[in-house]
Amino acid sequence: MTKIVIRGGRVLDPACDRDETADVLIEAGRITAVGPSLDAADAEVVDATGCWVAPGFVDLHTHLREPGQEYKEDIGSGGRSAVAGGFTSIACMANTDPVNDDPAMTDFIIDRAEQSSPARVYPIAAATKGLKGEVMTEMSALKEAGAVAFSDDGKTIMDAAVMRHVLEYSKLVECPVITHAEDRRLVANGVVNEGPVSTRLGLPANPSLAEDVMVVRDLMLAEMVGARLHIAHVSSKGAVAAIREARERGVCVTAEVTPHHLSLTDEAALGYDTNTKVAPPLRSAADVLACREGLADGTIDAIATDHAPHAMHEKDLEFTVAPPGLLGFETAFAVVMDLVRRSELSPLELMRRMSTNPARIIDRPGGSLAVGEPADVVILDPEQRWVYDPVKGYSKSQNSPWAGQEMQGRVLATFVAGEPVYNVETGVLTGGVLS
Amino acid sequence: MIGTDLLGIEDLERDSIERILHTAERMQEVGTRVVKKVPTLRGRTVVNLFFEPSTRTRASFEIAGKRLSADVVNFSPGSSSIKKAESILDTARTLDAMDPDVVVVRHGVAGVPKRIADVLAAPVINAGDGAHEHPTQALLDMFTVKQKKGRIDGLTIAIVGDILHSRVARSNIYGFTKMGAEVRIAAPPPMIPAAVETLGVKAFTSLREALDGADVVMALRIQNERLSGTYLPSVREYSATFGIDRKTLRYAKDDAIVMHPGPVNRGVELAHDLTDHRPGVILDQVRNGVAIRMAVLYLISGRPDRSAE
Repeated sequence: MTKIVIRGGRVLDPACDRDETADVLIEAGRITAVGPSLDAADAEVVDATGCWVAPGFVDLHTHLREPGQEYKEDIGSGGRSAVAGGFTSIACMANTDPVNDDPAMTDFIIDRAEQSSPARVYPIAAATKGLKGEVMTEMSALKEAGAVAFSDDGKTIMDAAVMRHVLEYSKLVECPVITHAEDRRLVANGVVNEGPVSTRLGLPANPSLAEDVMVVRDLMLAEMVGARLHIAHVSSKGAVAAIREARERGVCVTAEVTPHHLSLTDEAALGYDTNTKVAPPLRSAADVLACREGLADGTIDAIATDHAPHAMHEKDLEFTVAPPGLLGFETAFAVVMDLVRRSELSPLELMRRMSTNPARIIDRPGGSLAVGEPADVVILDPEQRWVYDPVKGYSKSQNSPWAGQEMQGRVLATFVAGEPVYNVETGVLTGGVLS
Repeated sequence: MIGTDLLGIEDLERDSIERILHTAERMQEVGTRVVKKVPTLRGRTVVNLFFEPSTRTRASFEIAGKRLSADVVNFSPGSSSIKKAESILDTARTLDAMDPDVVVVRHGVAGVPKRIADVLAAPVINAGDGAHEHPTQALLDMFTVKQKKGRIDGLTIAIVGDILHSRVARSNIYGFTKMGAEVRIAAPPPMIPAAVETLGVKAFTSLREALDGADVVMALRIQNERLSGTYLPSVREYSATFGIDRKTLRYAKDDAIVMHPGPVNRGVELAHDLTDHRPGVILDQVRNGVAIRMAVLYLISGRPDRSAE
């Protein structure tokens, strides 16, 4: 195994509350020393002067589309795109075809990831069979196979009694239940946030209330049964307030927010660009502000991309018909760096929300540069400006609202288990490194 | 010139609206001739690309184009790209390869004309997209009001009905507001769009208050599928609370005119006695529609051949 020393970077390790200039020594896939001027004569030297060195990012919310929709993405291309964005671990949602509601499917995803993905892949299994919101899945067997959480994601479980039982049953496996909290009846056919923008566009509106009421329902259910609830992609002011209040009264809840809900408002949809269509929709400036405040004060634990690749011909359809979702991995760091530049988050706290917190939510390694931990490391240039071109990215799809825009903050290199899997100069190593 | 495309009234300056209305006055004369044709657009191809069924608007554009001697082609690819497995942009690119001079687009989903305009070389006229805009309808409505009242500035316009789902309402709100009128809307609360006051209108749920002192009362068509369900309890309830009849019309000014973009659900938005009693304005709207569309086609495509520049 390679021996690597990353020299002279600003080491940001939230797990050890470390923020100092130091060297990081990697041997046999693990962190073996962190400190100033390490003695590592025989190691390959990576100069990180002027850069940040942090635990690799952990993404709790991704769609890798394999099996079933490999024309959009597969586990290999998704994994390559992930490491190009600094993500060393990614959790993938169950809405593949067939659905990941069976241990054999979970096995398949893990096998494919070992063969083809440079990032670690953790399957999230469906909470109910076929994502139908009726019969719960075999959570024990799925956990045994490697599932880290349970979720029907976009197919929000509308029947409160089913959701109650899913939450109760999840206590058996001690895994979080992830809710895409939107009342589907209130959403109806809405495709843009209800407000001045929906009125101007004349598109069917989706009120933030649809999110608020479902967040409140799920918080109350989780509180009643004492289960672990994780709220996906919080996007509304009301949801942030409800989560904050629930945490204060001791409900076992965690939450994530996406880079797009932290940075874009519904006004991004004014030109009818379907790459701005996402679920939940981009919301008002007040909602974006509430999400940023919630992330800063710890109400929201993690940043997750909801990486959702879709083919060009699907996004070329009418706004009401085009599928919701956008690419997340390769733009995430640059987009959320805005919070650091505006002093809303310190660099260390940003790294905590990108790596340490999400790793702990799914109870997997990562998010730490402590000695003995797997060497999942990212080297970042917080200042570098670059232009994002999804055509040159590693995803199979190109649906990004940031296409062609200048970004600031760049991932320079990514290591998974001590192996260099991405370098901004040379690109991504193909194939799986964990096999 | 009024710009490359006509996608909505929201994008137009007051000067451009006035220019179109002025041009329409001249075009109207053509319709009174025995030979209703001028050679202005001879050799130009106007394509009516109607994804959503329409007889009235399409016929109006077709007649307008033919009176200007353009070759008018009707193209109705059907409303759903899911069924056809061809994206709207592919349809647009296919059409573009046939080198049309103007493309008139109607689609049931907001934003489609804009996205087609983004890929087409030819100018695009929006003939109605979802609940977004129907600019030529608003132009013909402004033209009609100006014709009947001599002005638009300072008038009070009350638009009554399903504002939420109405492209006619949005375009008229933008247009009449830009032209200096006060625009009010009146509708059952579920049919009032969110934050509608940001468009510069006052919203009322009382028909009497909305109509008080109005110069123009514009009733909108209620789509059949919305007559019963979660927006409205029943036809009877709607016509009793928001239907315009001789009694409710007394709230408006004595010389108020009643307009409707058609087709009228008789006895729902407008009482039978009104449609029979004062049919003039509504038919004038239709008549003026041809003149307005001639004006728009002329202003958008009547310029010199670009290849000769």
